[in-house]
Parts: sequence; C-alpha cells; structure tokens
Amino acid sequence: MQSENSIYNKKTHGMDKFLYGCIYLSAAIAVSVLLMIICYVTVRGIGSVSLEFLTTVTSARKGTVGIAGNIVNTLYIIVITLVIATPIGVGSAIYLNEYAKPGKIVRIIEFTTETLSGIPSIIFGLFGSVFFGTTLHLGYSLLTGALTLSLMILPLITRNTQEALRTVPDSYRSGALGMGATKWHMIRTILLPSAMPGIITGVILAIGRIVGESAALLFTAGSGYLLPKAGGWLSKILQPGGTLTIQLYLSSSKAEYNVAFGIAFVLLVIVLCINFLTKYLAKRFDVTRMK
Amino acid sequence: MENTKISVQDLNLHYGTNHALKHVNMEIRENAITAFIGPSGCGKSTFLKCLNRMNDLVENVKIEGKVLIDGEDIYSPKADTTLLRKKVGMVFQQANPFPMSIYDNIAYGPRIHGIKDKATLDQIVEESLRGAAIFDEVKDRLKKSALGLSGGQQQRLCIARALAVQPDVLLMDEPTSALDPISTLKIEELMVELKKKYTVVVVTHNMQQAARVSDDTAFFLVGEVIEFNHTDDIFARPQDKRTEDYITGRFG
Repeated sequence: MQSENSIYNKKTHGMDKFLYGCIYLSAAIAVSVLLMIICYVTVRGIGSVSLEFLTTVTSARKGTVGIAGNIVNTLYIIVITLVIATPIGVGSAIYLNEYAKPGKIVRIIEFTTETLSGIPSIIFGLFGSVFFGTTLHLGYSLLTGALTLSLMILPLITRNTQEALRTVPDSYRSGALGMGATKWHMIRTILLPSAMPGIITGVILAIGRIVGESAALLFTAGSGYLLPKAGGWLSKILQPGGTLTIQLYLSSSKAEYNVAFGIAFVLLVIVLCINFLTKYLAKRFDVTRMK
Repeated sequence: MENTKISVQDLNLHYGTNHALKHVNMEIRENAITAFIGPSGCGKSTFLKCLNRMNDLVENVKIEGKVLIDGEDIYSPKADTTLLRKKVGMVFQQANPFPMSIYDNIAYGPRIHGIKDKATLDQIVEESLRGAAIFDEVKDRLKKSALGLSGGQQQRLCIARALAVQPDVLLMDEPTSALDPISTLKIEELMVELKKKYTVVVVTHNMQQAARVSDDTAFFLVGEVIEFNHTDDIFARPQDKRTEDYITGRFG
C-alpha cells in the first residue's frame, strides 16, 4: 500500500508529451524545408555547373555559357566593400566602446546604427544610385555598388566589433594601462587581438550579405557579365558589372532556368564555405584558446 | 619619518558628490611594506590607486592635494602617466594575465617602454620571473599561454610582469584575496623578499597578513586615516578606540 507521501505515484503528463511532439515537429519542418531547398537547387543546378560554366563568359560567337565575369565582379565588390567598410566599422566601434563617454550621444548613434541595419536594401540602392552614381558622377560602376554596400554592412561590422570589445575583461585594460601603456597601445596590443574572433565573424557575415545582395546592386553596379580586359583590372572598378545574384535574377527573368539554377548552386556552395570559414577563423584567432 | 619615498599631503578625492578620501596625509617609507587595512568601502583601495593615478580612468573623479614621489608631485601638469606607472607598478586583486604567452606577458611592459632587443628581453623575462619566485615553475613553458597557469601562479606572473619594467614602488590591491592559503603564503614570502629592492604598498582585508608582513600600517575608516604607525605599535598598542575595535574584530 503506497502512502500519499510516496514518490511512486508517477503520472503520465499528457500535455507535456503533446507539447514535446509539437516542438519536435517544428524543428523537423524547419530542417526539412532547408534540406529540400538545398536538394532541389543541387539537383536542378549541378548539371549546369562545369569547368566551362565557371571559367568562361557567355558568348554567342564562341557558343559558351559561363559566369566567370560575374564571379570576378562578385570578388571585386567583396574586396572593395570590405576595404572601405572594415576600417570605418572597426574604428567606430572602438570609438563608441573605448573613447566616447557613455550617454545620450552614444545611445543615439547605436540606435541609428540599429535602424540602419533594418532598412530594406533597395532603399540603400536608391540612395546609392542617386548620391554616388549621379551626384558624385560615378555612374553605374562596381565602385558605386561597393560604396552602397559599405553603408549597408557598416552596422554589421560595428555591432559585431562592439560586442567583441565588450567581452574583453576590464582587468586587461587596467592591467595594460597600469603598466604605463597608452590607450591606443593598449587597444592595439590587447583589445584588438582579444576581439579578433568577433571582428572576423562580423566581416564574414558581411561577406555573406554582399554575396547575397541583389536589390541594392541592381541600381548601382549594373549588370555587365564580361571579364575585365587584359591590363584593365583597375579601370574595371569604374565600369558596371553584375554579381552572381544579379546574373541569377537576369537569367531567370529570361527564363534561362538552367543557368539560374547553376548560379544558385554555386551561391549555395559559396555560402556554405563562408560559414565553415567563419567557424575556422574565429577559432584560429581566439587568443584565449592558445595552448 | 626617515627615508620617505612617498609623501601624501592633504589629499582629497571626490566621486561626484561623494567625498571618498578626506584630508589624507601620509609618509610611506622606502624599502618597507606599508599595509592599508579597514572595512570595505573605507577608501583604502581608492587611495592606493591615487598613488599611480589609476583613478584618472574613472569618470567624475576630482582629486586635490599632493602626492610626492621622490619629491615630485605626480599630479603636476608636467607629470607623465606613462613614466609614473613605469616607476609605480601595480598588482591587482584579480590576477589579470593577458591572453598571450607567459614570455609576452612579461615582455609587455618593457616593450611599451621601447626595449626591442631579443637578448635584453630574454634577460628581463628571466630576472622578473625569478624575482617573483615563479621561474622554475614556468621555465619550460614560456611560449605557452599564461591563461593555463593556476590562480596563484597567475598572480605571481602578474607580480613578475610588474617587476619587468623595473619600478621603484609596487602597489598591491588585495593581491591574495582570491588565492588559497599556500599560494597566499608564497606571495607573502615574496613580498618580504621584494621590499629589499622596492617600496611595497599593500591593501589587505586580512589583518593577520598586515601583522605578518608589513612594517607600517594605516587604518582607514570612511575615507579618513584613523591611525598610521609602525605595524607592531598599531597591533599591540592602538591609540584610537576605533582601531582597537577593528583589529580585535569587534566590527568590519
């Protein structure tokens, strides 16, 4: 006979089980939708991907279909954008965290940055085409596109750097300053190395956004698909050029679905690589994990 | 007092509206250990940080009065904080090795002050680690991360790091409060060894520690120095009732 106090009165909790089921189902749906998209794109796209597809440009005369020009344009945009946005983003994060006195101005700047990161990219495109393209006379060019994307990814880099700086213990700061280091020396030798994994994460997430961006670039960088002329690598910066996503958009609007899915597959692979690279580099540069 | 190293004259410190240090006067002797005791919030750590201007980093701090080290006022507009902090090193309550190798931790200070030569740095690193009685424990792992050391070792590493810039004065802010008794004992032995070459000032919550290691003791209470004397006198014959109450454990 069990007493009322006994712990052997195990009940089955029907509601609990039901909720468990719901949670597992949601997780399963989320994962399977993702897998379905990946599988579908892979199956439809992998057939179009060949060495020729990756290394030549589309040419009626030579009878080739290729995206080499778009890959090069994408690289241009990534490099130029990062060269512009990373120093500014990291610099402003250092200013906000280490120099500015906490208060109203910092809060306003942070609020603005946050808002900036929520603005639809096509608005950046509109602004970029009018300001950089028309007012500054840069026209449709890779530079106009990169400048526009710089504005777009600035908040991303600033925020990630700020987060990273915040996790650096204050004892590092007082330790370095207490030995007579100047503030800038302390930032350069202690803070930035400690914050490096966070900064790299921000930069790589930014690359992801650049690779995936189309709306903002359509208005600014245009849609060329040719490779830069020999010796014209530098002047290409001031010429229009479409990235992979732009070409994807153009191809699908012309109902060239084989090309479109081929590009989609390439993009998927790139995004996957970027994710692995983030994890690897963030670990690699983590000073606290040094043996 | 004879051979004064640090002379504090009518020092007042305000945090905003809080008058945190009130008219502090003190003569700290060279090659001696001076201990600051007192209950939490009495201003002893704040006072310690005044001695190498670490309070400059805090917002809304106003400091009046003079702190003379070797006769030079450290709050003079002519004073350079980098040179001051080279001369007056600091060890913190929480051991704070930088996330880099043991070697680079020790070489950090000398590098700030312009020493780049590898052989010189090697020598400084070894001497500093020996000076902090930790060389034998780490000599085979100088290139490994300092974060892999135990708490007691990390604190001695931080002492070595402070010694590496060849200071005159070593400020220690409760250096053993986060350590086990054996590590504490090692640091106390080290302090006694260090006073031969340096002037040591230590803040401690541990009255036995003050009695064991220090030559002079100052008792702080709500921002004032209640009593400052030779340690033997403070503990055997306190002049003030409040000092007596505190050291006999009646409050605090």
